[in-house]
Amino acid sequence: MKKFISFLLILVLAFFLMTSLNSSLDFFNPPNSLDETRMSNAFIHKNASGGSDPVEFGKSTGLEDGSANIVTSVVVDYRSFDTLGEITVLFISALGVGLLLGAGTGAKQRSGFILKTAAKLISPLMMVTGIFIFTHGHLTPGGGFPGGSMMATAFLLNYFGSGSISTDLKSLKWMESLAGVFYIVIGLIGLFVAGSFLQNYLPTGTVGHLFSAGIIPIIYVLVGLKVGSEVSGIIADFSKSEVTS
Amino acid sequence: MSMVLILEWVVGIALIGGAIACVTTENILAAIVRLSLLSMVAVVAFALMRAPDVALTEAVIGSGLVTFVFVVTVKELFAKEDKNEEVH
Repeated sequence: MKKFISFLLILVLAFFLMTSLNSSLDFFNPPNSLDETRMSNAFIHKNASGGSDPVEFGKSTGLEDGSANIVTSVVVDYRSFDTLGEITVLFISALGVGLLLGAGTGAKQRSGFILKTAAKLISPLMMVTGIFIFTHGHLTPGGGFPGGSMMATAFLLNYFGSGSISTDLKSLKWMESLAGVFYIVIGLIGLFVAGSFLQNYLPTGTVGHLFSAGIIPIIYVLVGLKVGSEVSGIIADFSKSEVTS
Repeated sequence: MSMVLILEWVVGIALIGGAIACVTTENILAAIVRLSLLSMVAVVAFALMRAPDVALTEAVIGSGLVTFVFVVTVKELFAKEDKNEEVH
C-alpha cells in the first residue's frame, strides 16, 4: 500500500513537472532556426569574432575554431576554462580518495581462467580505443573524458585479469601532474600570444582533417592522459583495500 | 509507427522498469548489477536522442567504473562486518 501511494505521488509530481516545463520549454517542437542574436548560434557557425561564411566539412579553412565536432569546439575552445575547472574537480576527488584509502598494501585478486584470458585479449584493444577516442576528439563523438575513462577501465580489467597491479604507480602520478601543468602552460601561452587565457592561437587548418583545429587536439590528448592516469590511480587506491578510519 | 519510435518506447519502459527493479530489491549486489544494466539501457536512450558523446561517457563510467567502485565498497563493508561479528 505504501509503495502504491508513493508511486501515485511520483506520477502526480511528474505530471505537474512535465506540464509546467512544457508551457515554458517546448521539448517536442524545437525551433527551426536559432535566434540570430544568441551566442550559441555564433558557436555553431564559428563566427563569434566576426565573419559569417557557412562552414563546410572538408572545405572551410582558417576558421576561428576548426573542430568538426561542435560539442568539442564548445567544451575545449569557447568554454575551455570550464574544462580546466572540471579537471580540477577530478583532481581533488582523486586526492580525497588517495588520502582516505591510499594506505595499506595491494590485495591479491583471484581470477578464473576465462577472465584471465579475456582480459589479456581485450584490455590492449580497449587501451587503443581510448587513445583513438581522445586523439579524434575534435572529429568524432567522445573526447578526453570518455577516452581517459576507457583507458582506466582497461587498466581495471587488466588488474582483475592478472590479479595484481603491474604498472608503476609513480609514473601515473607523474603523467597526471605533467598533463595538468602543460594544460595551464598552453593556456598561459595563449594569454601572452593572443591576448586571452586558453585562446586558440595555432593555425586551425581544414575542418575535418586529423591535423586541424589548432590547440584543441593537443589539449584533448592532455586531458585524456590526465583523466586516464587519474582514474587509474583511484582504482589502484581502491584496490589497496584498507580503510583508514 | 516507425521502428525507431517503437525502440524508443521499449527503451523508455525498460528504463522505468529497471529503475524500479533496482530500488525494490533487498540484495545489494543484485541492485548494483541492475544499476549497471540500467545504465546500459540509458546508453541506448542517449544514442537514440542523438547524443553520442553522452552515450560514450555513460557506457564507460555508468556501467564500468561505477559498478567497480560499488562492488568493491560493498565487499569491503561486508568483510568488515564479518570480522566484527567474529570478534564479538
